[in-house]
Amino acid sequence: MPNGDTQKFDSLVLGGGIAGLAAALDLADAGYRVAVVEQGATIGGKMIRLSKVFPTLDCASCITTSKMAAAAHHPNITLFTMCRLEEAQRVDGQVRARVAQMPRYVDPAKCIGCRQCEYECPVMVPDQEQGGFTARKAIYIPFSNAIPQLALIDREHCMMCGKCSQVCPTGAVDQLQVEQEFVIEADTMVLATGFELMTDFPARAYGNPGLGDNVISSLQMERLLAPHGPYMRALRPGDGKEPESIAFIQCAGSRDLQLGKPYCSRVCCMYAIKQAMLLSGALPLADLTIYYMDIRAFGKNYEQFYNNAKAMGVEFVKAKPIIAGNNQGGSVVLRYEDQEGGSGAKTREHDLVVLSLAMLPAFAPEEIVPVSSATDGFLKVPQPKLAPTLTDMEGVFTCGAAAGPKDIVDSIAEAGAAAMGAAKYLAARRGGQAA
Amino acid sequence: MAEFPFLEVNEAIRLYGGEDLNACMQCGLCASVCPWREVESPFFARQMIRMGQLGLEGYESDEVLFGCTTCGKCVINCPREVDIIGIMRAMRSMVSEAGIRPETLKAASGSCHANGNPWSGKREDRLAWAKGLNVPKYGPDTEYLLFVCCTSCYDQRSQNIARSLVKLLDAAGVSYGIIGQEESCCGESMRKSGDEELFQKLAQSNIALFNREGVKKIITTSPHCLKTFVSEYPELGGEYEVVHSSQLLAHLAAEGKLKLSGTDGRKVAFHDPCYLGRHSNVFSEPRELLQSAGAEVVPMAREEAFSLCCGGGGGRVWMETPQEQRFSVLRVREAAQAGAEVLATSCPYCISLLEDSRKTEGLDDSLEVLEVSELLARDLT
Repeated sequence: MPNGDTQKFDSLVLGGGIAGLAAALDLADAGYRVAVVEQGATIGGKMIRLSKVFPTLDCASCITTSKMAAAAHHPNITLFTMCRLEEAQRVDGQVRARVAQMPRYVDPAKCIGCRQCEYECPVMVPDQEQGGFTARKAIYIPFSNAIPQLALIDREHCMMCGKCSQVCPTGAVDQLQVEQEFVIEADTMVLATGFELMTDFPARAYGNPGLGDNVISSLQMERLLAPHGPYMRALRPGDGKEPESIAFIQCAGSRDLQLGKPYCSRVCCMYAIKQAMLLSGALPLADLTIYYMDIRAFGKNYEQFYNNAKAMGVEFVKAKPIIAGNNQGGSVVLRYEDQEGGSGAKTREHDLVVLSLAMLPAFAPEEIVPVSSATDGFLKVPQPKLAPTLTDMEGVFTCGAAAGPKDIVDSIAEAGAAAMGAAKYLAARRGGQAA
Repeated sequence: MAEFPFLEVNEAIRLYGGEDLNACMQCGLCASVCPWREVESPFFARQMIRMGQLGLEGYESDEVLFGCTTCGKCVINCPREVDIIGIMRAMRSMVSEAGIRPETLKAASGSCHANGNPWSGKREDRLAWAKGLNVPKYGPDTEYLLFVCCTSCYDQRSQNIARSLVKLLDAAGVSYGIIGQEESCCGESMRKSGDEELFQKLAQSNIALFNREGVKKIITTSPHCLKTFVSEYPELGGEYEVVHSSQLLAHLAAEGKLKLSGTDGRKVAFHDPCYLGRHSNVFSEPRELLQSAGAEVVPMAREEAFSLCCGGGGGRVWMETPQEQRFSVLRVREAAQAGAEVLATSCPYCISLLEDSRKTEGLDDSLEVLEVSELLARDLT
């Protein structure tokens, strides 16, 4: 993309996760031309990184890849990966977005995704796509079903040995690439910027510093359970042992005024139940315990899912435990009050502890897009009841977790609503003409 | 037999100052982080709050209702930001008014009523600590009122804290003075232990005295006085600029007015008093002072906001705690494990309890317990 180039579309979708892709596909199917701008090296968002989804226990990869592929091959959709939105304003009736194409150090026109470079690269880096539990190379394709299948170089770790250039059959490695800026003009925009998990939870650690290697985040547990996970089985990361007892701590950061996160993250109850169910399949002899404040099984068939987990032997304990330390074998010591049993103080050891961490907004619009965010940091929707996808910027819509914690079902439903809102807006601007 | 809610009690607790009672959502984190989980104890804040919400009886014992040391660990963690100590205090005042109150606390309250201090010392002996020292009287031209905690006025071990402090203040050329006999206990522990009427009496008497003397700035030796002067006196008409001795000394050392030789050279662990640390957010000053005195500050397993209470707050300093339930025992063990030769702290209650546990743990020869001022006074140039 040459510097300063301008490209025109009907709609710009910011974020290539499941909500953004679903909105883009709806608009594209209706005949509108859509640009999907994604900051990461692949589309698919959080969903492609999950194991299975609740309450159907469908394989997340299987159902996400079809959407990713559909978007990638759609004649009306153009994907812009590794692109950062610098600024978007409405100028002369158009959303004018300045976008920075970050360098891959690999020419996307030449790379054929053969991974010769990756096999040859001598540098090993913790692979965040696998929860940091395994290594990847300094030149790499993010994961096997990433789209696009293009390599990129992690310049922070690359030692410029040149081996990748030597083996690349198409001469695609280009260490001289620099960031390029270009402009996308569109009539409407859909903000589908999603969420991140809270990262600073351990700093407060509920009373005792240091959480240890066998306390992991819920997204790390997704990787342990995924079909292409780091170990291909559920092992604990501290020492590679098969855990005999696994605990989930719910509301780890959510519904906590002290941490500035007073809201419920909505999906944690259900994914913890799902992960416990999957673990009972992967490790039939393991004890599974979910420590909760109250179980929020709000969606269609969710309560049944919860009841199934109880019937399967997953133990639900009403308590908010603290992590009191690690025992000599590396297991995590939890301490809590036995509220229901009334037997007072309890100390229990679990081989592995999963924190169901709070969902935080992944995008702060300030100084980038003139839309407001609400006090919780998620995008503000001024009419949450009657127009839940409408932002306070004309012709700009939002869907998925960008506007608040949400599960996949609701994200996709909202994506449809946002696409419909954008399509209606486009038609109105064109005198009632559809695409 | 089923228990039935008695909601008038719920309302009464809120009227007594436990406004947040119904904001508690019963997650139980307070009970999990509570220092009582380190030992055997029937005190669970969540359960007690639940009983209060429902107006049920059965929590009024010395170990439950009067067990809380008001260390504040639950408060800084509570996901609903519930003023748990406020609820505790309200429930204590309610039952105290009904005459249910630990005997030792009755004695401390009685002494405060009669003598203006909880240690059964005579009012005219309030300045016994200053004997032989030429401590200035507070006057119209004095900058700081030095308000010495009752504990350091009457307890022999604790008197040395005040004596050390005045040496440091003299050396740094600070304009300070004491009022003496007419001062009364700040009332912090009396209020937390549920004697609201007594607190009001003590606070009003001090405020009238301070205002008559034209006091603007106060140095406290105890973080408990600090907290109550800063947070509770203003609404009763007592607004002063209040510093704890460690804050002022750190400032003086940084300005070069307090000259230390920096030759201490020992391994010193610092125990954060609850009311200086968690309650007042003073963490770095005492540590900086210890370093200026040449001490090697060694970290303990739990520091700063994670610090473990000594067990003396909330009136517990006057109550008997069985040996195996004393937090101060755990704390001196932690200091010994950290390889410390000195366990320094900055609160008269902590000093009393840690001194005691140092002896019962047989650490007399290997571990010294010192207030920061005491350690510094030995290092004056």
